[in-house]
Amino acid sequence: MITKRIIPCLDVKNGRVVKGINFEGLSDVSSPVALAKYYSDCGADELVFYDITASAEGRQLFTDILCEVAKTIFIPLTVGGGINTVADFDRVLKCGADKVSVNSGAIRNPDLVYEAAKRYGNQCVVISADVKRVDGVFRVFAKGGRENTGMEAISWIRRCVENGAGEVVLNSIDTDGVKHGFDLEMLDAVCNAVDVPVIASGGAGCMEDFVTLFQTLPKVDAGLAASIFHFGEVAIPDLKRLLSSAGIPMRL
Amino acid sequence: MVAMIDYGVGNLFSLKSSLISIGAEVVVTSDRDTIRTADHILLPGVGAFEDAAKKLHDMGLDTIIKEEAGNGKPLLGICLGMQLLFDKSLEYGVHEGLGLIHGEVRPIAEKIPEGLKIPQIGWNALRFRKKSPLFRYIKDGDYVYFVHSYAAMDCDDAVIADTEYGAYLTAAVAAGNVFGCQFHPEKSGAVGLNILRAFVEYGGEGAR
Repeated sequence: MITKRIIPCLDVKNGRVVKGINFEGLSDVSSPVALAKYYSDCGADELVFYDITASAEGRQLFTDILCEVAKTIFIPLTVGGGINTVADFDRVLKCGADKVSVNSGAIRNPDLVYEAAKRYGNQCVVISADVKRVDGVFRVFAKGGRENTGMEAISWIRRCVENGAGEVVLNSIDTDGVKHGFDLEMLDAVCNAVDVPVIASGGAGCMEDFVTLFQTLPKVDAGLAASIFHFGEVAIPDLKRLLSSAGIPMRL
Repeated sequence: MVAMIDYGVGNLFSLKSSLISIGAEVVVTSDRDTIRTADHILLPGVGAFEDAAKKLHDMGLDTIIKEEAGNGKPLLGICLGMQLLFDKSLEYGVHEGLGLIHGEVRPIAEKIPEGLKIPQIGWNALRFRKKSPLFRYIKDGDYVYFVHSYAAMDCDDAVIADTEYGAYLTAAVAAGNVFGCQFHPEKSGAVGLNILRAFVEYGGEGAR
């Protein structure tokens, strides 16, 4: 049986991981290569690298680092952040990324998903959507969640999937950082609208939140989180054992 | 030396890196002489069958792969590279493969119940069906990473492992010195690396 995936997300700025604490056996918490290896050894099913660098020099540094990561660990890697053109896809795929996540780039250029999927295959294109309730309607936000695009989220995500996105990462702005659990209502709406894998993001505060996620919404394929892993609040091996004992299929 | 066939299909970075990490000597090549002198041949591939089969043919690589495999040289096809080993594929029409393993590649939608997502993306367990040198360092039930919408069918004799996704789908095949993995060993962590290690250590039929 296919397993549910647990995915740590690493924010990288100018070649360094932005936040985190020191784990036992990990000397440099801000080294993307060291942290990636640590997570891979812990049983992470996939890694997401998010490049929050603004400058071109920083981007080059990021691709260099990505090559190093891809030479060191052998689990699927997804890269996001600053992906605006097919050339950006090319840049990170050549460094060993398996999937590329687009967010604002797809909002600015609606053909990007289609063009990239045609060139690299649907399995390569991940649509990442930052979604927030505005007057009871799910709306897509751009620029890291700062700008309301006015677009209705479910139809936007469905359109991206029709254009070739092979996976959806749904970040709920409403639950992000609150640590009271994933946004089950929003996730349910997306799962019912598309037939590609859906990755839940935003709101995980403890291990039980993942149990609730997968038990309530069997259609969700993966849970993504950043700070609870980086700050050691949740250890991936413990999380996967707990999920497995709760009857959720896990790779142990 | 392992010759990794470069025919302009898919991304070879991770596969090459994974071989280097297990200490294998690897050359990414489309040169016939290099392929002839190699000890092992690796046929990667991601994308559409028709396009890949055409590229192999146009570059004259189909004949050399068949020749070398026929001479007993160990050959491993990965993902689309595995599918190319078969007689034919029904992906968008009917297309001829290398014919090194009997059977055909068809949509997984034919076999699995409705409601399951296609492609199958993620980690799934191997169920061993036959003993194989490829499995020397791994065990039944180990997890590997899949991304596929098509699978090899009507090839029961060659199936060495399958995987359950609503139905049992072909995961790995072997016919003598010719092997194939539907999953991505280069993305399957330690288990995947151990499969690659077993392959590069495999000396061919009856040898060593």
